Amino acid sequence: MLAEALRAANIRGIRDTVPSFCSLAVHYDPLVLLDDAKGHAAYEVLSGRLTEIVSRVSDVVPKPARTIEIPVCYGGEYGEDIGTLSAAHGLSEPDVIELHSAATYFVGMLGFAPGFPYLAGLDEQLVTPRRATPRPRVPRGSVAIGGEHTGIYPLELPGGWHLIGRTPLTLFDPSRDPPSLLAAGDQVRFVPIAPADFDVLLAEAPWP
Amino acid sequence: MALNIIRAGILSTVQDLGRWGFQRFGVPVGGAMDEFSYRLANVLVGNNEADAAVEITLSGPAFTLSADTLLAVCGGDFEPRVNDERLPRARPVLVKSGAKVDFGRCRRGCRAYLAVSGGFQVEPVMGSRSTFLRGGFGGYQGRALKRGDVLETGETDVTLYPSLRKRLEAGDAAFANPSWAATERVELLAPGPYVIRFTRGKHWDCFDEDALAQFQIGEYRVGTNSDRQGYRLVGPPMPLKVPLDLISEGVTFGTIQVPPDGEPIVLMASRQTTGGYPRLGEVISADLPLLAQLPPGAEMKFQQVTLDQAHALLLEREKDLARMRQAVQLQARQ
Repeated sequence: MLAEALRAANIRGIRDTVPSFCSLAVHYDPLVLLDDAKGHAAYEVLSGRLTEIVSRVSDVVPKPARTIEIPVCYGGEYGEDIGTLSAAHGLSEPDVIELHSAATYFVGMLGFAPGFPYLAGLDEQLVTPRRATPRPRVPRGSVAIGGEHTGIYPLELPGGWHLIGRTPLTLFDPSRDPPSLLAAGDQVRFVPIAPADFDVLLAEAPWP
Repeated sequence: MALNIIRAGILSTVQDLGRWGFQRFGVPVGGAMDEFSYRLANVLVGNNEADAAVEITLSGPAFTLSADTLLAVCGGDFEPRVNDERLPRARPVLVKSGAKVDFGRCRRGCRAYLAVSGGFQVEPVMGSRSTFLRGGFGGYQGRALKRGDVLETGETDVTLYPSLRKRLEAGDAAFANPSWAATERVELLAPGPYVIRFTRGKHWDCFDEDALAQFQIGEYRVGTNSDRQGYRLVGPPMPLKVPLDLISEGVTFGTIQVPPDGEPIVLMASRQTTGGYPRLGEVISADLPLLAQLPPGAEMKFQQVTLDQAHALLLEREKDLARMRQAVQLQARQ
């Protein structure tokens, strides 16, 4: 991917690259660039180099994305909005679980909070506008639907998405390298689990 | 060597230049709001400019020192005191072990930076000592300072400012300082409205033309619900020509975005990594330190510049800092 190619190019002055669904933000330090550009306009010099890298990358076939399986305990106390969400679409709760766990999702970007994935590929029947009033606290690990995306809350956070389940996995750990379980470009599948499995998995790999 | 916190103040946090390189995982950069004052405070005590300092907000902390400590305070004016004497700002001050340093309320600006020789010793997380409050990591245990905290400092470099050391040892004073001071920002000395310069944003042309004209002549006030994450601006609203449905993408320190209510928000140090609102402009890096010092209620005006001008202004500020660094290094030998 372009973000990887840019990191590999290791251009002096680039401080950060942030991929999103259809763009890549490049954070640069103008002082380093001005120094290297020797009197030329720093932005133009950097744009020139980026354009050149972009033209090379488009010829490269992207390597197959990772597919990461996320165990989810759906409904009940784990996903308290699953009832209202299924009713709103004229579906049963098992239908919602079936539709949500049958799809393969694409991590379009991480944002909003550390390790929070915006997942594309939600079945049209599950597309639901965000809640009118966000919750002040969404439990850590909540799997939720917001608009045409589904996502996972890596930490306890305020949030306006509809909660349909919860994963025991640790999505984000500052002491891990990389700190985030997921990266932009990954593929994700959800695997339904029972409450007992949730407890076992959580006991095996407790949250930091 | 340590600071023993007697009173924490409204929001006192350990900060540095920020947590770069992890935005692709959704991790905010954070770091000092007023990077200039933060760096200057480090320069004055002979530190690396990226050493951790304490950012003090609106109402300051009080603490005692467990050893003789070389410190400097830059940025907003809190009229700090050592025991009962005024602590001079924007210069190195050697303070005696056991002395009590007390920051009052902020009189001018909104944030001060306290640097100590050797820096504050907290464990770096993802390469940075900055506190990320919402994520609960970095800085001092991932949170703002509280009463009773013991904030470890590095070793004060005893070869710096030998004349101050002699004076402190010879007399009964609680601290010693040179008569000179570093030149701080002068803009804050004048009353507002303060001029904040910006470059056009990605969606500039999508905004209503009359509103764009108004944006550049009207005055805005820093909203009361402004914080380290963003400044909400109260002033002429900025409607779009037609509604836009945008896909989220990367944003930065200084991005001026406009949510559907039309009231601009300037993203600050603890901004999220991505945003989906239309982007009216970007506040230039050279003016972010001034903006970061404007408290809620302060008035400001926006002035448009080109990207090349913005780069030149940043370079100028950097040269100022470099000159001060050189001058300070000479003084530190005396």
